[in-house]
Amino acid sequence: MKTFKGGIHPPENKVLVKDNAIIELPLSKVFFVPTQQHLGAPAKPVVNTGATVKRGQVLTEPMGFVSAVVHAPTSGTVKEITKRVHPVTGLLAPYIIIEADGKDEWAPGLPLERDPFAMEAKELLNIIQLSGIVGMGGATFPTHVKLSPPKDKTIDTFIINGAECEPYLAADYRLMLEQPERIIDGARIVMKVLGLDSAIMAIEANKPDAIRLMQEKTPPEIKVEPMKVKYPQGAEKHLIDALTGREVPSGGLPMDVGALVHNAGTVAAIWDACALGIPLIERITSVTGRGINQPRNIKVRIGTPLKDVFEFCGGLNDAAKIIFGGPMMGIAQCCEDVPVMKGTSGILVLTEQETNLNSYRSCIACGRCLEACPMGLVPSMLSRLGERSMWKEALDYNLLDCVECGSCTYVCPANRPIVHFVKYLKTLQREAKAKGKGA
Amino acid sequence: MKDIFVSSSPHIHSEEDIPWIMRQVIYALIPGALVGMYFFGLPAAKVIVISVVSCMVIEAITQKFMGRAVTVSDGSAALTGLLLAMNLPAGSPWWLVVLGSLIAIVLGKQVYGGLGNNPFNPALVARVFLLISFPVQMTTWLQPRPFLLKVADTVSGATPLGALKTAVFEHGSIDIVGKLNLMDPFLGNIGGSLGEISAFALIIGGVYLIARRIISWHIPVFFIGTVALMTGIFWVINPNLYANPAFHILSGGLMLGAIFMATDMVTSPITNKGKIIFAVGCGVIAVVIRLWGGYPEGVSFAILIMNAFVPLINKMARQEKFGAGK
Repeated sequence: MKTFKGGIHPPENKVLVKDNAIIELPLSKVFFVPTQQHLGAPAKPVVNTGATVKRGQVLTEPMGFVSAVVHAPTSGTVKEITKRVHPVTGLLAPYIIIEADGKDEWAPGLPLERDPFAMEAKELLNIIQLSGIVGMGGATFPTHVKLSPPKDKTIDTFIINGAECEPYLAADYRLMLEQPERIIDGARIVMKVLGLDSAIMAIEANKPDAIRLMQEKTPPEIKVEPMKVKYPQGAEKHLIDALTGREVPSGGLPMDVGALVHNAGTVAAIWDACALGIPLIERITSVTGRGINQPRNIKVRIGTPLKDVFEFCGGLNDAAKIIFGGPMMGIAQCCEDVPVMKGTSGILVLTEQETNLNSYRSCIACGRCLEACPMGLVPSMLSRLGERSMWKEALDYNLLDCVECGSCTYVCPANRPIVHFVKYLKTLQREAKAKGKGA
Repeated sequence: MKDIFVSSSPHIHSEEDIPWIMRQVIYALIPGALVGMYFFGLPAAKVIVISVVSCMVIEAITQKFMGRAVTVSDGSAALTGLLLAMNLPAGSPWWLVVLGSLIAIVLGKQVYGGLGNNPFNPALVARVFLLISFPVQMTTWLQPRPFLLKVADTVSGATPLGALKTAVFEHGSIDIVGKLNLMDPFLGNIGGSLGEISAFALIIGGVYLIARRIISWHIPVFFIGTVALMTGIFWVINPNLYANPAFHILSGGLMLGAIFMATDMVTSPITNKGKIIFAVGCGVIAVVIRLWGGYPEGVSFAILIMNAFVPLINKMARQEKFGAGK
């Protein structure tokens, strides 16, 4: 079975939620919509306080090509445009707060019905951009940018990422099982935009029923490829390496080796946008972990406050950590007031026993992190340099190649927070660079 | 609601921590220690107990005194104690063992900042310190006798390597040593340090450590391989002056050194490439000392010398990063 070098085998823990069918969360009364739910340039609000909005209505205007718009998750009134804590950056960021009117009325003309395969590639790309679609695996890179490679790059391999290698999470799995058509048809739209006549659907071998179903449903031009169960099998670069043997060059992008990877959820959102005109205003996510009473896979509107999600899932029990995403790369949240976003691939509530709150010790140079690192780095050295804020020296140890997958930190017997140090060093490097520019 | 913790990913962790690793190495040393006790009897057991206990006590006192967290329960001091005992003559007097423990823990480890920060293998620092300071006590070897036949006297004997060196010095030839028996050093029926006599028992421990992924095969294989190759070349050139490679592999501290001392994580290189360079260096130095040096055995010196090169090796021998362009 295909795979990459390095990686780890953490306990899967998917059993908590994987057999629960997707349920739609009841509408909240108030929605908190961050204007920035993507990587790249910000977007600025185009509605004012007091404005009436409809479900699917555009709320922001992108400030650049590498940016994405957000839409109203339901109908109601803009109560406030203000700054609140952002779930990803932890900093204050602009939000559009919408008080729902409970009618959930669509914006005029939505949803519609059209045949995306009768449309031009350019037109489809435009729809994807206007629908605010971003990478829904968690990276949130604007999808239309990925689909618009510069003239000198040719994409010959399109991979649909259904690996879902993060432990605990099962949202992509449920999506594949329950709505395979959305993924397949969405993938065909991407193939049309890129002018490709084939695609690969990659699924980790721990989801045999999803593999079987997909093999049954996919047309011959989409090949279903079972992948070895290993973290981070679903990381873009490693998926490409495993499937094609091509290594994305250091500092480069998948398009540099002619590849493009989209998450299964993203592809499904592309279908909604192109065929039904529905922008990205809801997603499927796993609410799981032993700190939540009723783990569930939910269909949830973007902007829904976390506490409504928890209430729907039976409340918290002994929660020690609340995480957006999976346990390996997810982001710890400070409170229950933050909203579900486009990139929220999971909402994980871990108890103290499940998570790791121990202190760390000196590196004993055991070398486990080197073995685990899928990028071939020396994580132990990066952590030592991180302790001393030595970002310049860390560049020589390929700091910027680190994808922060957490494999090194997971295996470290001294419990060193290596990813923390890497993030810290990267911040120092960024700040120094920004200062250099200003001078 | 109770407190919610916020920290960087990842939020889960493997169960294999430092105490787990230390326990695995201790388990791997048990066969060698048992053989030592079998052939040397009660004195050997005494040396092991004194060494382990004094290392733990000294570590706790030192850490307390230096205002550090006391980490005796992690098993690292106990392991140092066991390794030190394995490296001492089975008939060592108690004060020699306690002094060795003091050197290993304080000079070998804690002055540098404790576990993880020491450049040299603590047990070997102690062994070499004692060897230089107390050459008589450190080369007074008990004659091996199977446990049941044990009589309570201290018969002094020579190690095979010691006999070899004497023969070369006094007669300019090793003929006098006679036919070198290989089964005895394989099983442990020879003179030597408490834990180095049985190649077989040490190899069992080594296989366990490799299977448990505590150590990689690179250092033992390249260390022993280098010794075999080098001694083999000289044996072919002049078998009257140089013993055969099988003898060199099985006798002295090579097995203990190559499997347990040179593979100490803290004081050996981190990449496989680096481990190979380190192991070859150890092998070359050990052979040079054995064949032409003043001491019959050079494994300890070789490892300590190569320990000093580890930071440099780590800097040079990196693994290839993903996307480096191939």
